[in-house]
Amino acid sequence: MTYLLEVKDLRKIYRNSVTAVDGVSFGIRPGICFGLLGPNGAGKTTTIEMMEGITDPTSGTILYKGKAPGKQFSQQTGIQFQSTSLPDFLTVREVLELFHNFYKKALPVELLVEQCSLGEFIDREANKLSGGQKQRLLLALALINDPEIVFLDEPTTGLDPQSRRRFWELIQSIKTRGKTIVLTTHYMDEAELLCDELVIMDHGRIVDQGSPRFLLDKHLPHKRVCLDIDGHAPALAGMSGELIAGEDQLEIITTSVEKTLAELMQRGIDLSTLRVRNPTLEDLFITLTGHQLRD
Amino acid sequence: MKEFIALFIARNKEYYRDRAAIGWAFLFPLLVIVACALAFSNPDTSVFRVGVHGDFAADTAVGDFLEQPYIKVLRYDSLERGLERTRHHQLDILLSSEGDRYWVNSQSTASSAVEKLFLNDTEGFQREEISGRKVRYVDWVIPGVLGMNLMFGALFGVGYVIVRYRHNGVLKRFHATPITALHFLSAQLVSRLIIVVVVNGLIFVGCLLFLDLIVLGSYLNLLLITILGALSMITLGLLIASRTANEELAGGMLNIATWPMLLMSDVWFTLDEAPLWMQQAANFMPLTHVVKALRAVMIEGASLTDVSHHLVWLALMTALCLGIASLLFRWHKR
Repeated sequence: MTYLLEVKDLRKIYRNSVTAVDGVSFGIRPGICFGLLGPNGAGKTTTIEMMEGITDPTSGTILYKGKAPGKQFSQQTGIQFQSTSLPDFLTVREVLELFHNFYKKALPVELLVEQCSLGEFIDREANKLSGGQKQRLLLALALINDPEIVFLDEPTTGLDPQSRRRFWELIQSIKTRGKTIVLTTHYMDEAELLCDELVIMDHGRIVDQGSPRFLLDKHLPHKRVCLDIDGHAPALAGMSGELIAGEDQLEIITTSVEKTLAELMQRGIDLSTLRVRNPTLEDLFITLTGHQLRD
Repeated sequence: MKEFIALFIARNKEYYRDRAAIGWAFLFPLLVIVACALAFSNPDTSVFRVGVHGDFAADTAVGDFLEQPYIKVLRYDSLERGLERTRHHQLDILLSSEGDRYWVNSQSTASSAVEKLFLNDTEGFQREEISGRKVRYVDWVIPGVLGMNLMFGALFGVGYVIVRYRHNGVLKRFHATPITALHFLSAQLVSRLIIVVVVNGLIFVGCLLFLDLIVLGSYLNLLLITILGALSMITLGLLIASRTANEELAGGMLNIATWPMLLMSDVWFTLDEAPLWMQQAANFMPLTHVVKALRAVMIEGASLTDVSHHLVWLALMTALCLGIASLLFRWHKR
């Protein structure tokens, strides 16, 4: 397997003896969206900043195209930090032109303006944009050198739902252009939508890794079939799966939705209020770590 | 009323719990008092300033005259330099052993008074008369003010901005690109150099026009001193900003750098009456060399050679600060 970027036994211990990253190893194949998922303080940002070359690891190895990252690394990577300010009093266009001159090879500013929808505020001061506008500009700066690999650290934190969705569309368009994306997030819906592969991190360590589907099937193979009941639980003797009957709702935990539906139809149960709830990454996180993402 | 009292109490708590600010509020005036007391600790009791070119034996009439307590003797290897100072009332009388001559300024009352005392004690000297405009305090102080302005523009203009950009993450964003610390620092240096030289130049022109300043030396020399002075202080600013994590700390460090220079670098008053150790300490400060060089060129007509030792010192300081700043520079706080 040829990895574009690989980390081996990466560790970061800060001067106050806090171990932020404790022996993390994974490989990122080219052309995928690779996610680091975990709560605040899990070590995601420290891990990604070591990969970016911003922070020096205490120990461990980082390989880019099989070798230690050299001078070419910064020419071929794009980075969007979790929070950034930009130089004072420069307009969006001027910031793009400034960064354009930092790279040997860079995309035309007008192309980036179009791709990231910056046209409506191109002449506004960069530090006076709204949250969503600023994130689109920072993404444009991360793409300005047409990088092979793009690092995005919690790119939609603090954005309203509409801005988040718009940003997700941008990331999906980057994926279709064959770029490799490394993304950190604590949003489950974002990880499920965007990531082809995930590592789940907690307290500086990897708890598990794989595609979202693989992880869910591995740890949470069950689905929940829900029905509204009006105080009277129907006769469900002999049904497969685990039944949980509340006052208003009946929940059947099953490994096969088709089989459960067939059994319900056999018994002539009214299916008009039927809902099927698939386990989410939130459920996965609780299962794997024993605590919620936002504890 | 209770709203006022509540806010008043809260504000007082904010103030006395800020240990750094309260320390500075008491320490700083104390330092100013101590510095001024030291600067003026050896008061000059002389009444007349007598320039001497050449040598006069101690047991002669002239030698006796020069030892009077009301005489301050200033020696000159160059007769021309002595004449220049006499012309501008910085000397009350100039004596030369070459041809036993003396010069007085016809426009100076102190000159005529000391001449009477001199003629009372000596004889056989040939009288020469020169005239010229008095160097006013404003002529003396403006080079100091120009130097001070250069210092503030250089130190705060570059140091503070870099620290702020480090604190708010702008430098970290630059670090994530291929640019190097050399690219970034040299751009800051050249940009600030042009700004301070142009601004100071405009102030200088304004002073020339509105204050009718004495400028005896070359304008090109003044430009060269300004450029070297700006470089030395910009690089000092780069050094201070090379690792500082936040604006409060940067402000404190910049104040520690600037206030001693304001008091000891001959800006508002000379350190001629200060202890020797204080004068020697002042020679380690870049502003001292800028002010002394500017003043020498403006009111004494000094040449480039005359101020070369100041320029060499400024160049060395620039190289040292730039070298250390480059080694210490950090893109982001740890």
